[in-house]
Parts: sequence; C-alpha cells; structure tokens
Amino acid sequence: MTLANPVVGARPVSSVRLPGLAILLVLASAVVMAVLVLLPLFVVFHDAFAKGIGKYLASIRDPDAISAIQLTLLVAAIAVPLNAAFGIAAAWCIAKFEFRGKAALLTLIDLPFSMSPVVSGLVWVLLFGAQGWFGTWLIDHDIKIIFATTGLVLATILVTFPFVARELIPLMQDQGSDEEAAALTLGAGGFTTFWRITLPNIRWALLYGVLLCNARAMGEFGAVSVVSGHIRGLTTTLPLHVEVLYNDYDFVGAFAAASLLASLGLITLVLKTGLEWRHAGELAANRRH
Amino acid sequence: MPENSLPTADTDAQKRGKSPLSLEISGISKSFGRFPALNDVSLHARDKEFLALLGPSGSGKTTLLRVLAGLERPDAGEVRFAGEDFLSLPVRSRKVGMVFQHYALFRHMTVAQNIAFGLTVRPRRERPSKSETADRVADLLKLVQLEDLGARFPAQLSGGQRQRVALARALAIEPKMLLLDEPFGALDAQVRRELRRWLRELHDRAGVTTVFVTHDQEEALDLADRVAILKDGRLIQLGTPNEVYEKPADPFVYDFLGAACRLPGVIEGGRLTVADWESKAPADAPQGRVDVFFRPDEVMFAPLDGAGLAGEVKAVVQRGPDARIECLIEGRLFELEARGPGVPSGVAPGLSLRIKPLRPKIYAAA
Repeated sequence: MTLANPVVGARPVSSVRLPGLAILLVLASAVVMAVLVLLPLFVVFHDAFAKGIGKYLASIRDPDAISAIQLTLLVAAIAVPLNAAFGIAAAWCIAKFEFRGKAALLTLIDLPFSMSPVVSGLVWVLLFGAQGWFGTWLIDHDIKIIFATTGLVLATILVTFPFVARELIPLMQDQGSDEEAAALTLGAGGFTTFWRITLPNIRWALLYGVLLCNARAMGEFGAVSVVSGHIRGLTTTLPLHVEVLYNDYDFVGAFAAASLLASLGLITLVLKTGLEWRHAGELAANRRH
Repeated sequence: MPENSLPTADTDAQKRGKSPLSLEISGISKSFGRFPALNDVSLHARDKEFLALLGPSGSGKTTLLRVLAGLERPDAGEVRFAGEDFLSLPVRSRKVGMVFQHYALFRHMTVAQNIAFGLTVRPRRERPSKSETADRVADLLKLVQLEDLGARFPAQLSGGQRQRVALARALAIEPKMLLLDEPFGALDAQVRRELRRWLRELHDRAGVTTVFVTHDQEEALDLADRVAILKDGRLIQLGTPNEVYEKPADPFVYDFLGAACRLPGVIEGGRLTVADWESKAPADAPQGRVDVFFRPDEVMFAPLDGAGLAGEVKAVVQRGPDARIECLIEGRLFELEARGPGVPSGVAPGLSLRIKPLRPKIYAAA
C-alpha cells in the first residue's frame, strides 16, 4: 500500500527520448505488469469460475461466506467513519494550529504504516486477551473483545488509522486558515465555519482518504487474523474466510471469496482514478508529496 | 450661516476640524513565543478616518490588524471602539470587515455566494430574506463594478477582481470598521494604482473607519488620512502623510519614507559642519556629532567656488530634461537627481562641483 501516487494531470513532463532505451523500458514494464498484476488477477477469476458459475454462486451463498461478508461490512462500517472523524480532527489540529508535540503526533499517526499489521493485532491481545493486562477484569465482567467483533474493529481501526489524516494534512496545510478567519469576521460561529467552509474545502480529499481507508479496512488480514480466532461464521472476515477455505482445499470457495475482494479493489481503483481525474486540483497538495 | 452646512460634532472637535475618536488602541503588547510582535503600541483613529499602518515586514503591523479583528489575542493592552471594550467581544460580534492579503475568498462558492455569506450566517431572526439578500448582493456587485461576474468562482477571476470581491464581501455585513491587510500586495503596479484611487473613493462613500496595512510608503502617503509607522513591534511615529514626510521622527522613518543620503557632521556654536561645507544649524538641531540626511532630489548644484559639499561627478544618466547624477562626496558614492533647470550645465563624468542639500534633516549621531 503506498500513498505516493503517480502525478495525474499535473505538470507536463518534458519528453526527452533516449533512443532504444524508451522501447526497452516500455517493454519491461509491460512484462512486469502482465506477470505481477494482470496474471494473478486473471487467475483469481479463472479459478473462481473453474467449476462453473453455479458452483461459484453456491460458494458465495454459503452461510459462512455470507456471514464473512456481513462481518467485513460491519467492521468497515464502524472503523471507517471513526477513522474519518479522527482523521479530520487530527488534520485540523496539525494543519491549522501550532503546538508542542506536533512532530511527535505526526510520527505517531504514521506509526501503523511502518509497523507490521501483526503487531497492530497483537497489542490488543496483550491488552484484552485472557492473559492480557485487562484480561481477568474483562472475564470477570463477561466482556469479550478478543475473538469477537470488538477486537476485529479495534485491530482494523489501528491499521487504517493514518489514511484519512495523511490525505488531509497536506491539503489543509496548503489551504491555511485564512478562509476560516474570514468566515469568523463575517459573523459565522465555529460550527457554521466548519460545516460551510472547512468541510467543503476538503470534501474530495476526504472522500479519497475514506476510499483508501475502506479498501484497506475490508482487505486487512494480518492484524485481524491475530485477534479473530478464526471462528467460522462468527469472527472470520472475508480475507480470513479465504484463508480458512484455502486451508480446507476448497479452492473454488477460496477463489470465489477472493474474487469479491479483487472486485472491491477494482471498484476502489476506478473511483480513485475518477476522483484524481475530476478533482485533481483539490487533491493537488497530495500529488506534490 | 445655515446650520446644515456645518458638521454638528462637539465644539472641541469642530475647532480642530476633526470628527470624534472612534478607535482607541492603548498599550497593546503581543509576543509569539519569545518573539515580541507588538510592544506597547498605542494609537487612535478618528471616526471615518483612513489610517495606514506602515512598516517593513516583521514590524507587527499585520499582527496589530489581526488583534483589531479579534483573530489574535494581545498579551496586554486595551482596544476600544466607539467607547466599547473591543477585546471582550468575540470575532463574530465585532462587525469588522476584513480584507485578507490573499483575499481568502471561499473557493467553493460563487462570487455572489461569497458576498452573501455574511448575511446568510446571521441568526435566523436577523437574517434577511432570500430576495433581500439577492438585492444586497446585486448592489454590492455594482458598487465594486463586477455586475456580470456573480456566478463565477474565485479561481476564474483576476487578482484585481478577487480583491474587489473580497471588499464587497466585507462591506456586505455593514461593518463598523474596515481592516485591509496589504490590499494591493498581490497586484501588479498598474492595477495597484487604479485600485488605490478607487478604494479611497469607496472609503469616502462608505463612511467607515478604515485601517490598512502596507509596506509601501508611497501607497500609505498617497492614500491615508494619517500614517502610523511601526518598526520591530513599536509605534515610531503617527501623523498626517505630510507631517511624517516633513518631520520624520528618526533616521529610520526618514530612510523608510524615501530615498535618503546620509553624511556625518558636527554642530558647534550654532554652526553645522559637514566635510568642507559649513552652514547655520537649525535652531532645534542637536549639539555635537550628528548625522545629516537629505533626499537625493532635494539638492542644488553649484560651481566649485559656490557653497556646498565638494563632489566629483562619476556618471550621468540623462532622462529627457532630468538627470541622475552619480557623485562621489567624502569618499562615498551618491545617486542624486536633478530636474530640468536644476541639471548643472555641462555636467559630465570627471566634473567637480558643489552640492548643497536644500532641506537637510539632522539627527544626533547613532
């Protein structure tokens, strides 16, 4: 996962051609793309439909598959809005105010990017697992976090934590706070200013961030795997469901579930490209970093 | 004399031909971390006055403007407007129209929506109806001569047009005071001069106290009723453009308000000596070692046997009837200006002559 997107519709690239080399580079990247991206994508759909569309639909209509889909949607539906709210708040603080510890906060926000997702899952087990810090207290009060939806949500939140904030910070820093100041002098209150000035100014970048956050939230494997316990029909999200089926040698089922995730990826890609194409200006701050 | 031909202000103000005080700033200090931005600044503006805050960058003029708007809270001091304690009011209740240096137009709103913003955010019972708002916006667009551009977005406007939209937006709330932060800073010289006159007319018609920040001394002197000159967060001088230009409080102000030439001199027994030139010292001049300042265009050239500083012409640039003459005086090179008949005849590099500063300003040596 990378945030360093290629430049879209920005500065024109000067075209100095190095004879021979250009063709070589184009060919090399075409081959790499085909082998590393298109071929696996083809394999996913090929194997999913290997035994016919009937078998494919049956795998998806399987109760465990349906509960995995529902759980994935539920986890994303909780984690993504929370991270969007957090991202807006953090970006607002960092972009519009000067305070001590700003650099530390920026680093902390980036931490999930640099940390293995397994660690992001493990910390929750260490905190809330049966042998964890709060384990006995939780058991005494009959609260289940690990091996339950709560744990999945926590792990997902931690992993997808930087997406929205990272998307908004450069844009908001670029925009400064003059427009907000102007709104205040014109008689607007704090909330009016936020709803009518701040939010509309970041709407496309926010959508972009939410899109990436959502894709990651639904596709997360490592962190979720640690806290899930792989209880079929209960705590398996779609990526975990793929793993469970694959280990059971149910290849059609595994690839059918994988094809759903791949489709999600493709849809995200289309929406993302659409945003970049249509609203490049309002995402511009990102492209420069 | 018919009564309505005279302003009916209080007699004291009448005597001085001025309106009553409206803005009173006293003892304002503000620092950012360890950097003092404003240091005990006190000044007053009269009702409907056009006041310029002039100073180099870092002089605290923008900070002072933001204090007036309520966007910065001073560490100490008091601001009163029409007798009211201004600092205790939140930004939104101050009713100041502020034009920001880069205009700060709402980029996702049309020009008309920008101008209407201040009206649409009013509490429901004070909010004008849709049609009243539309009428007001149309009036303001007309006032700033942008009748046809109401549906455009800020990004589709030129710099000068944006500035006028910002002004219309500020005027829409019927402000008690207008605050302008470098209103011409981002415009090119041509547009700048046009807008300057227009802004002054607009001020006179709107009849509000206006405070504007600039680093351009020509702009301040040309436009303002009074000019406040700031340096390093302190108020150095406050006066009409003519007062500050004619009687600069210190060498900094003299230097800041126009091109300046400086030479060291001595005053003893009422006589001023600069190099080999001796003249009668002004009555109010300090004694002992002094710095003598003069404007490069306020000099008279004389032949070598006349009065003045001995100088040698190094270069001459003729521009129509005028000339820029580079002279070496006391081992220093000065670029002097001579106009029309003031240009010495036969001036050419290598010529020795005498230069007499016409209106030297004398300050005690630093």
